[in-house]
Amino acid sequence: MNCRREEKKGVKRSQAVRNSSSKESESENKLDGETASDSESKSEFGGSSPVPTSDDTPEVLNRALSNLSSRWKNWWVRGILTLAMITFFFIIIYLGPMVLMTIVMCVQIKCFHEIITIGYNVYHSYDLPWFRTLSWYFLLCVNYFFYGETVTDYFFTLVQREEPLRILSKYHRFISFALYLTGFCMFVLSLVKKHYRLQFYMFGWTHVTLLIVVTQSHLIIHNLFEGMIWFIVPISCVICNDIMAYMFGFFFGRTPLIKLSPKKTWEGFIGGFFSTVLFGLLLSYVMSGYRCFTCPVEFNNDTNSFTVDCEPSELFQLQEYNIPVVLQSVLGWKTVRMYPFQIHSIALSTFASLIGPFGGFFASGFKRAFKIKDFANTIPGHGGIMDRFDCQYLMATFVNVYIASFIRGPNPSKLIQQFLTLRPDQQLHIFNTLKAHLVDRGVLGSLEDA
Amino acid sequence: MLHQPCDPAAHVLLEVDLEERLHELDLRSDSDIPDVPPPTDSTPEILKRALSGLSARWKNWWIRGILSLAMISGFFLIIYLGSFMLMLLVLSIQVKCYHEIITIGYRVYHSYDLPWFRSLSWYFLLCVNYFFYGETVADYFATFVQRREQLQFLIRYHRFISFALYLAGFCMFVLSLVKKHYRLQFYMFAWTHVTLLITVTQSHLVIQNLFEGMIWFLVPISSVICNDITAYIFGFFFGRTPLIKLSPKKTWEGFIGGFFSTVIFGFIFSYFLAQHQYFVCPVEYNSETNRFVTECEPSELFQMKKYSVPPLLQAVLGWETVNMYPFQMHSFALSTFASLIGPFGGFFASGFKRAFKIKDFADTIPGHGGIMDRFDCQYLMATFVHVYITSFIRGPNPSKLLKQLLILQPEQQLSVYKTLKSHLVEKGILQPSLRG
Repeated sequence: MNCRREEKKGVKRSQAVRNSSSKESESENKLDGETASDSESKSEFGGSSPVPTSDDTPEVLNRALSNLSSRWKNWWVRGILTLAMITFFFIIIYLGPMVLMTIVMCVQIKCFHEIITIGYNVYHSYDLPWFRTLSWYFLLCVNYFFYGETVTDYFFTLVQREEPLRILSKYHRFISFALYLTGFCMFVLSLVKKHYRLQFYMFGWTHVTLLIVVTQSHLIIHNLFEGMIWFIVPISCVICNDIMAYMFGFFFGRTPLIKLSPKKTWEGFIGGFFSTVLFGLLLSYVMSGYRCFTCPVEFNNDTNSFTVDCEPSELFQLQEYNIPVVLQSVLGWKTVRMYPFQIHSIALSTFASLIGPFGGFFASGFKRAFKIKDFANTIPGHGGIMDRFDCQYLMATFVNVYIASFIRGPNPSKLIQQFLTLRPDQQLHIFNTLKAHLVDRGVLGSLEDA
Repeated sequence: MLHQPCDPAAHVLLEVDLEERLHELDLRSDSDIPDVPPPTDSTPEILKRALSGLSARWKNWWIRGILSLAMISGFFLIIYLGSFMLMLLVLSIQVKCYHEIITIGYRVYHSYDLPWFRSLSWYFLLCVNYFFYGETVADYFATFVQRREQLQFLIRYHRFISFALYLAGFCMFVLSLVKKHYRLQFYMFAWTHVTLLITVTQSHLVIQNLFEGMIWFLVPISSVICNDITAYIFGFFFGRTPLIKLSPKKTWEGFIGGFFSTVIFGFIFSYFLAQHQYFVCPVEYNSETNRFVTECEPSELFQMKKYSVPPLLQAVLGWETVNMYPFQMHSFALSTFASLIGPFGGFFASGFKRAFKIKDFADTIPGHGGIMDRFDCQYLMATFVHVYITSFIRGPNPSKLLKQLLILQPEQQLSVYKTLKSHLVEKGILQPSLRG
């Protein structure tokens, strides 16, 4: 078996990560106490797994913390970077929806790049013909498809005005499909005799990554358009749960939660749950007061910019609620004034604390399966962008499904747009049905002809 | 790590020693994968006896031929039986294809003894099917659904329920991760999802096409089958230049001959089908009789029109104008796609079989292999037809649009009403109404 391992090392291209294969057996044994069969399956890897993350903390931090011991230094680095990321988050919220969309797009591209790079490392497929180009091409296609759908919905009037945009939007699905097909045919034509299996694996890997990364980022943007509060509260709840669970686990942690992540504890989990629910209630209370967070983002054709200005919906208007008898004795109040949105925030926080961590466990399992410590080295002390965003993914889909099911109905401008493509007799039929319905409801007086 | 084989073909694995089996997981080179033994001969006894006199080569030819005829007759029979049977057929094919691909995954990864994994794969299939069928049912059976309270609840929160079901599966997967098998489990998870993406979405697109009108279901499938058969025949008689390294039996002569034959076949076949309401009308569900009906006023796509023949062809054909259905122009596009791009689906499946060292997807059909072998070219076709219909033929579904309009808030409905009214008046469809 040792001879074969040498053989495999010989065919690898020299890469910084692989040169340290002598160290890797020690570091890997530190990652998790592996048994014999795990280390046997390591042999097929042939020592390709990346080394422990190189230290790329900025010089300034290194000097400031040079006196402390290595454990506290790590703590401080993580803490400072956490504060930096949270501040950055606030800044981009301040800068508005357009910047937020751009940031979401960049995060998506970086996550895609990280996961694909892991795939390359796993399959040693740097020298596969075409494959890098194809992966990026597919990313482009899928993004084009999703952005096209979003743009058509929200920028409807802008699109109707410009002739080329109108054609692009009318045949959007066909164009996207044609672009995707081109990539598919290129893939088939690029299959090389000795590497079929690798190429199929990378193809599968790319598609699963696209499914995870790209669809979720577009769901986040949909949530954003619904109102910035639907973007901020879920993300903050997940971040809060992360931090609170860590704190509770640090101070009170005793019973391990799941074998996958030995550092997580039940105390941290439950403590994090309650803190996140409270945090969600408070944050939504503060945010519901401001129009810039609660109003749907709209594109103003005249000023060609995004505006958030509207009459707040009833979700964001204070209402009196009766406190259930159980809590009355505890809190001493009979009624409380709350925004209805805060009730929804309980649902969001609960999901973030109870199910969100499964996204984290999934990512931990993934990292263990492919013998990597972090997705990448982008953020000092934290790892890659994917490491920070692994819990967010399930959250984004949940919020989107939640909004679609419980909060809003369909988008009126999209309906009008669909209406305009129908045949005249169908249009008339729908118009008459709608008219009858409105007259029934008393919304439209039968004598009124607006 | 020895485990009991669950199918006869896997008995060979017991003889491979531990080291070699682990090296099969070496992902860099294809040569380590052991060949799956040739599929067992599952031809029925009757055929064997009838053909016992012939040589092996002709016997194979006859078996393939007879089975092809059997499949085509089965196809016609189901068409005769109606849309509901067709939907059931599509569903069974989807489940069988899914099963075939997942079984290959098990074999590749030796993952028969992974905890939970079989149940999880079938559970995910169920979830995704529930999601898609729910979306279809809600649209097409709107009146049926309105009458029953429980269905109303399921429809209104359909997305949420589907997502919750999927999440339950996802959490079960995370909880089922076992220390020694992380990588295998992730591979099977990804394999399951990619398979779902391919088989389930496509089968639902096929059903959507079916609801548009059975002609949109029949013409594409027949074009692909025709292309397969005529490309084979042309290749058999005239084949010389190989087409692609992946499939050494395909030739350029077969490809081009198949293209022209399929286009002509598409023309003629659509001409015949376009005359019957049964094929042309959208499938609708009649709540009173509780059956599917296909009765309508044929749309202008299916009404004869005079077309002027371009001067080039006038000389050849000798006609100045020709009576055609507009649908035949669309069939031209469909046949072209079936002949030019459809084969890429076949090449993809060939590459897949070569990559995983299998000769056929399964042994279901004697002489032909598994169901996936027959349907590999159809997949791209189904998506293309669906995209084609939504882009060029029909607008959105009016009843779905109406349903969504009725869910809106009253102020939104009012503003939509005003916009629609001004639009209709502008277009002259609605006369500016008088008071009262």
